[in-house]
Amino acid sequence: MPSAVDAVQLRGIGKRFPGVIANHDVDVTIRSGTVHALIGENGAGKSTLMKILYGVQRPDDGTITIEGTPVTLKSPTEAIEAGVGMVFQHFMLADNLTVLENMVLGAEKLHGIGDEARAEIRRISDRFGFDLEPDVLVEKLGVAARQRLEIAKVLYRGARIIILDEPTAVLVPQEVDALFANLRELKDAGNSVLFISHKLDEVLAIADDITVMRRGTTVGTADPATATKRELAELMVGSELPSPETEESTVTDTVQLSLDGVTLADEFGRHLLTDLSLTIRRGEVLGIAGVEGNGQSELVETIMGMRIPTAGRIHLGTEDVTHWHTRKLREAGVGYIPEDRHRHGLLLDAPLWENRILGHQTRPPSAKGMWINRKGARKDTSRIVAEYDVRAPGIDTPSRALSGGNQQKLIVGREMSGDPVLLIASHPTRGVDVGAQAAIWDHIKRARRNGLAVLLISADLDELIGLSDTIQVILRGRFVGTFEPSTVSPQDLGSAMTGGEAA
Amino acid sequence: MRTLTVKGVGLAVLAPAIAVVLSILVTTLVIAAVGSSPGEFWSTMFEVPKPRLRVDIVNQTAMIYIAAVAAAIGFRMGLFNIGLEGQYTIASFAAASFAGAAYLGGFANVIASLAVAMAVGAAWSGIAGILKTTRGVSEVISTIMLNAIAVTLVGYFLNNYGVKEGNSVHTKNLEPGTTLGGFAPFEDRDGEIWALTIVAVLVGVGFWVLLNKTRFGFDLRASGQSETAALASGINPKRMILVSMMLSGAVAGLIWMPALFGGARNYGTSFQVGLGFLGIAVALLGRNRPVGMLFGALLFAFLSVKSNDLTFGTDVSPSIVQITQGVAVLAVVVTYEVVRRWRTRLEQRAVSRELAGAAL
Repeated sequence: MPSAVDAVQLRGIGKRFPGVIANHDVDVTIRSGTVHALIGENGAGKSTLMKILYGVQRPDDGTITIEGTPVTLKSPTEAIEAGVGMVFQHFMLADNLTVLENMVLGAEKLHGIGDEARAEIRRISDRFGFDLEPDVLVEKLGVAARQRLEIAKVLYRGARIIILDEPTAVLVPQEVDALFANLRELKDAGNSVLFISHKLDEVLAIADDITVMRRGTTVGTADPATATKRELAELMVGSELPSPETEESTVTDTVQLSLDGVTLADEFGRHLLTDLSLTIRRGEVLGIAGVEGNGQSELVETIMGMRIPTAGRIHLGTEDVTHWHTRKLREAGVGYIPEDRHRHGLLLDAPLWENRILGHQTRPPSAKGMWINRKGARKDTSRIVAEYDVRAPGIDTPSRALSGGNQQKLIVGREMSGDPVLLIASHPTRGVDVGAQAAIWDHIKRARRNGLAVLLISADLDELIGLSDTIQVILRGRFVGTFEPSTVSPQDLGSAMTGGEAA
Repeated sequence: MRTLTVKGVGLAVLAPAIAVVLSILVTTLVIAAVGSSPGEFWSTMFEVPKPRLRVDIVNQTAMIYIAAVAAAIGFRMGLFNIGLEGQYTIASFAAASFAGAAYLGGFANVIASLAVAMAVGAAWSGIAGILKTTRGVSEVISTIMLNAIAVTLVGYFLNNYGVKEGNSVHTKNLEPGTTLGGFAPFEDRDGEIWALTIVAVLVGVGFWVLLNKTRFGFDLRASGQSETAALASGINPKRMILVSMMLSGAVAGLIWMPALFGGARNYGTSFQVGLGFLGIAVALLGRNRPVGMLFGALLFAFLSVKSNDLTFGTDVSPSIVQITQGVAVLAVVVTYEVVRRWRTRLEQRAVSRELAGAAL
């Protein structure tokens, strides 16, 4: 039962990294004995916030109050002492140890490592319906059981406030129901749960309160009894200034990219993409809207030649490029702004000028025959740094030292070099500051005026509506609707993205 | 910018310096612990080597350096070619057999034999490359196994087709016309610096040019730094693995060639084992950089050759230098990581300082 004292109060939490504001003015109140959902798109600042609450990172501003006592959490150990425990998305269990051994690992002082611990595990397991046998090897457990073990571990250590990071991402629907039953038990025993997710159905099913985050801050709360998925989706993707202004159409008649019935299956024959067809003409921006994980990454990787479709054809201009690999496509003038710039877009320890070469190894000004053209690459890097306003001490600085926004501006500048005919832009302004965002939008618009064809994937509906000439909605690997950005509202898109129902 | 560079060089020298000091310290402690005299040990080790040993040190440095470059090609790509040992064993045997058969005369025979050594080394490491790209077998496992297979195979061929001489077996001796003279910097009895030590110079320069000046080198370094970014940039990862594995093996094939055409003249009891593993250690010590590895090879050659003096001058076992070498490698790996983190922090601070004032 909810008691008078709130389990957690976060007030005015702020956290800055060099060049990026990860959190600012975050306010969250978790009532005691409730499941509190924290929702928001990737990059909205949820993970930074939970790291702060779990003592992994220290906030620059704001206060944390746990059960009425203001606290400073310097490490996860201190968080656990204060009663806060966390279950990560990636389990931290030793497969070759038993349930008991995993449980007591690092907490040997609490109940020893023998029968007392075994009794305590049984007690927790029975109390919350976890169904854990202390002497079973963890490698024998399925995903759901491992997750229950992780939750039990946190309880064993005395946590009363449990953070669950996207717990349902790894579960099948029946397991989700079972997990929710466990969570209700936890709640009834007076524990509080912070449930992090971007799956709106689940949030509405389990949460007592909902807090929505966008662009590093909390933008509102909702009551799951009355809120609809559409309202939540709107709050999540929102409309925050500056928003890109739609300009008059520059679409020409020349088709630059066409997909015809493209299907991609994984090694088990499951369809990741099903029968996708689209055309992008010169001067056109085609936006792809969709909740993350519905095939966007696979679509990009297929067009970029990193995956080869199981069926269907892809044409670049008049050329059939279905079986082309990435390098050939890049040489043919396909620019690529990847979704995860650290993993796919940059060599973090290499200087900026070497990063200019990446993806352009075979073309001037980076290369001359089989040789790298160091002078040409350096000169062109200086040009990009100036034209795209990349704030860096010099082109010999390793790209790791730059802020997210400046890294992204460098990538945009690089991919716009060498007169591309097609640009694949995957979340081009994710995790960048507002100034860089506006600059990147301007660059895309200018390129579009000059006849560039653009495929834009974004989680930010305002960005999609503002930049696109046409919007396709993708759901479970299929296109489920085509919209005209001038007439569509974020609500319409939101409902198409979540499967069409209005509830 | 200028200060940053000076600091950068300072940091690069700092790590190996700490490592050397640390390894001297540990060696001293070990010698003291077993009851010998560390002072005697170090005075023997640091005594100026006799001319004969100086020649030896140069020859050993060359061979270790070639091995280090072979290892570094793999390391820069993120591959751990632990099979240098097997690759140069089988390549040396093949080259010695080919050279001994004397299909060609004079200098042509030398060049052709080097080509054979490279081809056989590349083929042997290529097996591990193919296993990795087609079956996903870790190159660490497969190259270790290939080491054992190579040694067994060479032993079998030698026993069945080698020239028996007393108790030993070796490949056919090189014809006098196809051995290469050397350069004797001191008196004749002090020995010669082998002609093919020049191969080490060529391999070092070639490695530097390949890595820093060519597209292939860029692809290699990019693959080593970030597999995902390399893939997105259009590099075919499987092709890169196979090509760099074979390149590493080809260079490994050259490791013992200076000795073959210098002093050994056949593959037999004079074959020097262990150079492959020394090369891996030196590559780590020199951080896979051409110049760094040169110093590393020199240090290791110096320690190995000079340790022979210990037998006569002291009661310390020559094997003690292996502890010095081992600690040096371990220490350099650790200190480099510490220095690297420190340096990243400095760079980040430099960037924020530079940008302070300017709005985000």
